[in-house]
Amino acid sequence: MSLTMPRAGPLAAIVPPPALAVDDASKRYQSPAGDIVAVDRISFDVAPGEFVSLIGPSGCGKSTLFHAIGGLTPLSGGRISVAGEKVRGANPAIGMVFQEESTFPWRNVLDNVAFPLEIRGMAKAERLARAREMVALVGLTGFESRYPTELSGGMRQRVSIARTLAAQPKILLMDEPFASLDEQTRMLLGDKVLQIQQQLHQTTLLITHSLTEAVQLSDRIVVMTFRPGRLKRIVEVHLPRPRTPEVLTTPEFGATVAALWADLREEASRGLASSENRPP
Amino acid sequence: MRGAGGWLLAPLVGLATIVAIGAAVQGLLLADVISVYVMPLPTQVLAALGRVVTEEHVPARFVLTSVETASAGVLTVLVGVPLAFLLHASSLQRAAFEPWVAAWAGAPLVLAYPLFLVLFGRSPLTPVVMGFASGVAPVVLKTLEGMDGIRPVLIGVGRSLQLTEAQIFRKILLPAALPSIFTGMRLGLTFCLINVVAVEFLINLGGLGQLINEMAERYDLPGTWAAIGFVVLASVVFFIVMERAEQWLQRSH
Repeated sequence: MSLTMPRAGPLAAIVPPPALAVDDASKRYQSPAGDIVAVDRISFDVAPGEFVSLIGPSGCGKSTLFHAIGGLTPLSGGRISVAGEKVRGANPAIGMVFQEESTFPWRNVLDNVAFPLEIRGMAKAERLARAREMVALVGLTGFESRYPTELSGGMRQRVSIARTLAAQPKILLMDEPFASLDEQTRMLLGDKVLQIQQQLHQTTLLITHSLTEAVQLSDRIVVMTFRPGRLKRIVEVHLPRPRTPEVLTTPEFGATVAALWADLREEASRGLASSENRPP
Repeated sequence: MRGAGGWLLAPLVGLATIVAIGAAVQGLLLADVISVYVMPLPTQVLAALGRVVTEEHVPARFVLTSVETASAGVLTVLVGVPLAFLLHASSLQRAAFEPWVAAWAGAPLVLAYPLFLVLFGRSPLTPVVMGFASGVAPVVLKTLEGMDGIRPVLIGVGRSLQLTEAQIFRKILLPAALPSIFTGMRLGLTFCLINVVAVEFLINLGGLGQLINEMAERYDLPGTWAAIGFVVLASVVFFIVMERAEQWLQRSH
């Protein structure tokens, strides 16, 4: 494991553009108490096929950045680009998986997964075939005709992931997709995401507050400070790939988690103190 | 309910319950606990059904009442659903008009039938407009409730997939609100039927309402109850049609 400072400067102009680049991104909100800086001049990038996690304490602006990268919230300053092209609004190159359960309850699993293809006007037979592939990829074969109410929380999140992957985005952007699930299900779904990433070589940015999840899945981890959300450090994870569930038991895994916690502890403490001092 | 024939069990239990209640009422009437001058024997009502159907042109009356009710019901949807979407789009308009719509829903509009009679004449238009006027408020209110219940993340999914506003409405907002909209439509249709039959009854304008009035004026108690039974049948038919329509619409989104 090595700890590096954020990517800087002049060389970036002569190398091919990364899959995703966040340059000097800031987001301010106006409130009666004055301007609130949610994200403050943060920069990092994600190379093609790379799995990067963004980690930070609650309230550090992770979800704000998620919406900004997805093009759903405009930045107050800075720039986000995909393969060198500036992001202006929602972008077909970016597939978003939301923290909240987001399957359509009136559609069965197959029709949920086929939804983005239906919107693009793909022929029914072709889109259902593609949807079946994605359903198999997330391990839900046999559940194609079930409705979301008939599925567990973990299965529903897998449907959301399959729906996003069906659109074949260049970048998979996930905002704490397993946050509402129990620890065991989270770990199993982490394994599933690893399998998918290794199978598709999918460029992925995962927003998370789970240290183990970040280390288990990522090539690099972007650590954010507590409010205002700034880039604290980028941690490279040198665990071997392909990663199996056994990686969780290795000394390297434990050391990386410990180093990450050392970075995050101060920020998490600030977040806790801030929430304790907040008037009820 | 699962298993072969399981789908039949619930309707059979419902039917058996009605038969049991009828048998209990028959027993109370025969024991003179309830006066036969207040309520006829259920067996007399059943025996009167055939006579009323043939002598009183029930099929034509059934069709007239159903067409008037369905017309009023379609109007409630055509006006009520877009109106609710407009109110939902503007918090000012909603704050200004929703209390009025809620008050309208509780108003006994049937009492204003002389006004409607003056405005629309002694024609089928009067029961249709009265049915619409009484049925539109629940459609608006339940549609608003359905819109309020849509989870913002579903709209976020639509935006992330670059859906246009029209696609978000058709593919996400409408199907997400559909169960609540149909609850409003069922309520609205019930109000439409009640008002259509009431106006037919009050101004002798044909249909099943007029039949109930005529039977009552002849002191034909079994015939009166048989006519009421046909109104209940119309209500059941509308309920089944609405249920099928909802299932079809849900599948098509």
